[in-house]
Amino acid sequence: MKYSLEEFAPVYFTVGLFVIWEAACRLFNIDTFILPAPTEIFAAMVKYWWPLLKNSFVTLWTTLAGFAIAVVFGIALGVVVGWSRTIYRGLYPVMIGFNSVPKVAVVPILIMWFGIGEIPAILTAFLISFFPIVVNVATGLATTEPELEDVLRALGASKLDIMRKVGIPRTGPYLFGALKVGITLAFVGAVVSETIGANAGVGHLMVQAGSNFQMPLVFAGLLALAIEGILMYAIFAAFERRMVAWAFRSSQSAGG
Amino acid sequence: MIVLDNVTLTYPGRTGPVTALAGTTLHVRRGEFAAVVGPSGCGKSTLMKLVTGLIRPTSGTVAVDGKPVTGPVKMAGMAFQNANLLPWRTVLANVMLPLEIVPPYRGRFSRDKAAFQDKAMALLNVVGLSAFADRFPWEMSGGMQQRASLCRALIHEPALLMLDEPFAALDAFTREELWCVLRDLWQKLGFTVILVTHDLREAGFLADTIHVMSARPGRIVETRTVDFPRPRDLDVCYTPDFTQLVHELRSKIAEVRQAA
Repeated sequence: MKYSLEEFAPVYFTVGLFVIWEAACRLFNIDTFILPAPTEIFAAMVKYWWPLLKNSFVTLWTTLAGFAIAVVFGIALGVVVGWSRTIYRGLYPVMIGFNSVPKVAVVPILIMWFGIGEIPAILTAFLISFFPIVVNVATGLATTEPELEDVLRALGASKLDIMRKVGIPRTGPYLFGALKVGITLAFVGAVVSETIGANAGVGHLMVQAGSNFQMPLVFAGLLALAIEGILMYAIFAAFERRMVAWAFRSSQSAGG
Repeated sequence: MIVLDNVTLTYPGRTGPVTALAGTTLHVRRGEFAAVVGPSGCGKSTLMKLVTGLIRPTSGTVAVDGKPVTGPVKMAGMAFQNANLLPWRTVLANVMLPLEIVPPYRGRFSRDKAAFQDKAMALLNVVGLSAFADRFPWEMSGGMQQRASLCRALIHEPALLMLDEPFAALDAFTREELWCVLRDLWQKLGFTVILVTHDLREAGFLADTIHVMSARPGRIVETRTVDFPRPRDLDVCYTPDFTQLVHELRSKIAEVRQAA
């Protein structure tokens, strides 16, 4: 079996990035305290594997908890918003306003309410990933083809029928697209909250390492976050491909 | 079976009220194949929505089967220029969609699914799609999608079939092929048809009666009975009488476009 250059492109690019980074650090003699070389970061990852892993799990669980709440409420609100034009118009500006508030600004409030710990992280992950889910579900429902709606209404279909047979299946690609984006956002939310105030999590670990001037460990934390982010994105992307295969038809379509 | 009596429809447009139809009167008998032709934008599609009760007239009355239409008529089959099949369903599942909605079938759907599947397969067989039942719509050509769309419009044995330029987006050969498919289905099942089209040959070949609409505000300006013997063959389109009919319809439409 022959693999093409394209298939391995992600590997080449990632390795290339680290090689350039390493070379730059050595060539320009960059202080470890400014920018540690990848080898130092990997060494820190090996040395501190247990705290990294432990805190990664904390971040993972708070992210997933917040994201799960966002999915449930996001779909529910998305269906309500997509159902009626009046609700859509009424709620949209409120949601835009809600989404425009930087979530970093909300974290201190959440910490005041719930104390330092996992709950502010979960809530921040929820708040940040909630909006794209609502908007995408609502858009999927609101953009049902009017002719298709006519076909069904002429058969005597109720609004609920149209929703069940057309609206909701049609929302699939929008929803899975939103989940893919939402999971990475939720991750960002959880880490932001951990950096501001928490006793565990990768964000917390990085703040602590930073205050001890352990720059390689700070970067090891960043790398751990990147890896977790890529993994979660990949899981949802694969899920999307399975669930709404029909939406990815352009490349295999017979056309005509 | 279908009676439109002096129907006017006005709706609010962006630059003031628009009158789509003004004093339209139309009669269609049970089992008749009626075609409505006219210049573009003459309110042909509005007429379809009125008959199926998707919109209500501003004045005048619409009656189907002697009963005034006050809401969606339920039981009408519709097909449009776009096949509008659901991409996540196979062709067979798409055709069966009305059976999941229309009352007598709806309640029995899960119980009689196998029987309904046979029914759908039989219909797909008539239009020559039985080998493609398990395909997805996007794997098929436009003509095949349109055949499936016709099956979906007919699976629940509607008394009325409404067609809004169903063959307009197809190439000439596929279009003629589908004329024959529609002709055969109609002869076999005996439903009433209202076909909205701007293709005069299509109207002449398929219809019993052709109604010519004027430019907006639309109304019926002429009704022609087409009495070529049935069953009709595509060859009828090349007879002098047919050419004469198309020619006359053509001049009539040119005339109403001038007047607009």
